[in-house]
Amino acid sequence: MAFASKDSAKAKARADLFDAFIGSNGAISVIVVVLGFLCGTLLILAVGKNPGNMYAALLQTLTGLDVTRGTWNARYIGEWLTASMPLILCGLSMGFAARTGLFNVGAEGQYIVGLTAAQFVALFGPQVPGLHWALALVAGCLAGALWGGLVGWLKAKYSVSEVVATIMLNYVAYYLSRFFTQLMPAANTYRTPAYPETALLKNGLFERLTNGSRLNTGLFVVVICVVFYWFVIERTRLGFELRATGLNKEAARCSGIKVTRSITASMAIAGAFAGLAGVIVALGSFSYGRVLGGLDNYGFNGIAVALVGNSTAGGTLLSGLLFGMLASAQPLMQSRQIPKEVTWIISGLVVVFISLRAGFKMIMDWRQKRLAEKGRQRDE
Amino acid sequence: MSSLLGMLPSVLMIVAPILIAALGGMISERSGVVNIALEGLMGIGAFAAATTHVLLESSMRGSVWLALLVATAAGMAFSLIHAYASVSLKADQTVSGTGINLLSMGGTVFLCQIIFRQERTEPYKLGMMPGLGGIYPTAYIALAVLLATWYVLYKRPFGLRLRACGEHPAAAASAGIDVKKMRYIAVLASGAYAGLAGGCLVLTQTIQFTNMTINGAGFIALAAVSFGRYLPKGIAGSSVLFGSAVALAIYMVNIEALRGLPPEFFSIMPYLITLVTLVAFSGKDYAPRASGQPYEKGGS
Repeated sequence: MAFASKDSAKAKARADLFDAFIGSNGAISVIVVVLGFLCGTLLILAVGKNPGNMYAALLQTLTGLDVTRGTWNARYIGEWLTASMPLILCGLSMGFAARTGLFNVGAEGQYIVGLTAAQFVALFGPQVPGLHWALALVAGCLAGALWGGLVGWLKAKYSVSEVVATIMLNYVAYYLSRFFTQLMPAANTYRTPAYPETALLKNGLFERLTNGSRLNTGLFVVVICVVFYWFVIERTRLGFELRATGLNKEAARCSGIKVTRSITASMAIAGAFAGLAGVIVALGSFSYGRVLGGLDNYGFNGIAVALVGNSTAGGTLLSGLLFGMLASAQPLMQSRQIPKEVTWIISGLVVVFISLRAGFKMIMDWRQKRLAEKGRQRDE
Repeated sequence: MSSLLGMLPSVLMIVAPILIAALGGMISERSGVVNIALEGLMGIGAFAAATTHVLLESSMRGSVWLALLVATAAGMAFSLIHAYASVSLKADQTVSGTGINLLSMGGTVFLCQIIFRQERTEPYKLGMMPGLGGIYPTAYIALAVLLATWYVLYKRPFGLRLRACGEHPAAAASAGIDVKKMRYIAVLASGAYAGLAGGCLVLTQTIQFTNMTINGAGFIALAAVSFGRYLPKGIAGSSVLFGSAVALAIYMVNIEALRGLPPEFFSIMPYLITLVTLVAFSGKDYAPRASGQPYEKGGS
């Protein structure tokens, strides 16, 4: 008898542990990512390719190690970090708004205005070393903040759905960017002349360390942004007000929080993150202004990054690195006969699985119901 | 003026897919489910249609029609994900919509790589043939879809029930309507419409499917739903307006009076007009009241 109850206590402890695991946000992120990779692997198998090649490409991105040739090149690590930078920032953009209960589909547009502002400053700004790119960073940050803040203001003041408004503004930004960039002197329909040297976010040390990759000073911006995000959300009055607004708008209003201001500020800061992503890509990965021929999709992938990162600073950093790995591994996969689009499929699947997370809750409810029934049977 | 009239077939060619997709989006919203995956579902449809047509073109007459059918089915099948997530699992509808958009972006080109060993489908020799006056049959398809949708939504009990699910699902349920079933039907219909729209687009406007084929048409359709106030006649009007703007951006070089303007001026119009009207009419909310909210059975 005593033995049996000890056994059931153990079973209960195990069940509790299982529920705690399934119930925690971090674990769900791990599960959906694993599921996404599993499906990607099965897909590769289904089309008759070798999934080992996919993982070899991913390993090479992460460590620079080419297992088939047995060579090592640090450039791949640099490229991985470079690809991750805008994704982390766009993830922070989506996540910051999400903490205030807003769905920012507009990181793409905010990224584009940031990029366009940076290109403008790069071409026309004062060519003073250090000051030039710093000005571009400020300009891109402000442009993104304006673009995002506008949505927040419309939402707070006129209750315009932020989802529809940001989708519209994405394309408004895209076409405005095309229009203004083509107006630049000596620009043609796809690019402007090269920037002056002083505008570039080059970093000699990073370049040497990573064997000439495009890794640049933007890395510092990303680190500062992640810390800033954590600090504002967790440690400041503003962050508390934003979170309170996100959890229950009416309750927040009743306790004296200016909800209109919270929502506008939240979207403005979200936009600033995405704007900085635009600057880093414009001045870090390119040396000339681009007339965009299509969306770069960092903003949309940022949604996936924030969802997997649960809108926390650390989680977004990690998931940004994960999606950056997928993006950066694309050419390596293609050269190993793996269609590179499998990385997009994995990203998409991860988001779909996250939307199915309610399913995890159902499993939990079902388990609890079964446990309760078992308990009742025992009592009887 | 004659050049404007000469543009009519091109305008109709561009309007047709936007109208069809927007009507799909409307059905879904009227049942209470937001569908921002129209863009992705159109991509699926366009890929399916282009692939079917290019593979069967030489061996089968009228393969364009089969291609449209396959596109419709593919769009519908894919929207099942959205229906399951947002109706059965009560997930955030924007998240699952975003997931489908990402999945479609990767999935279509992935399949191109497998089937055609390149990042696009093979170009086909002949797309859909224009009929009388250079007008493509897709214009008539869009008109038929518009009339049928209006008839079913406003003249049949089924349509009334579907709309009730988007306004007040609890009340609808108490009147014996199966809200979940209705929403499933609506989301699947929107997927079928978007798939058909993608098929119409690719078979008339280009000669192959690439990742740039849809290029925002689904989001224009989304704007048309909102600007058209979720009503068939409103959406017909907004689709014609937005389609014309897109057409002008492409064909303005042929019109003397417009040559000074940048094409971006017209491209931007659908989005800007929608945004401005959203703000201007912000006092009145035309969206179905329960749109975007999962339906909890037994919740009061």
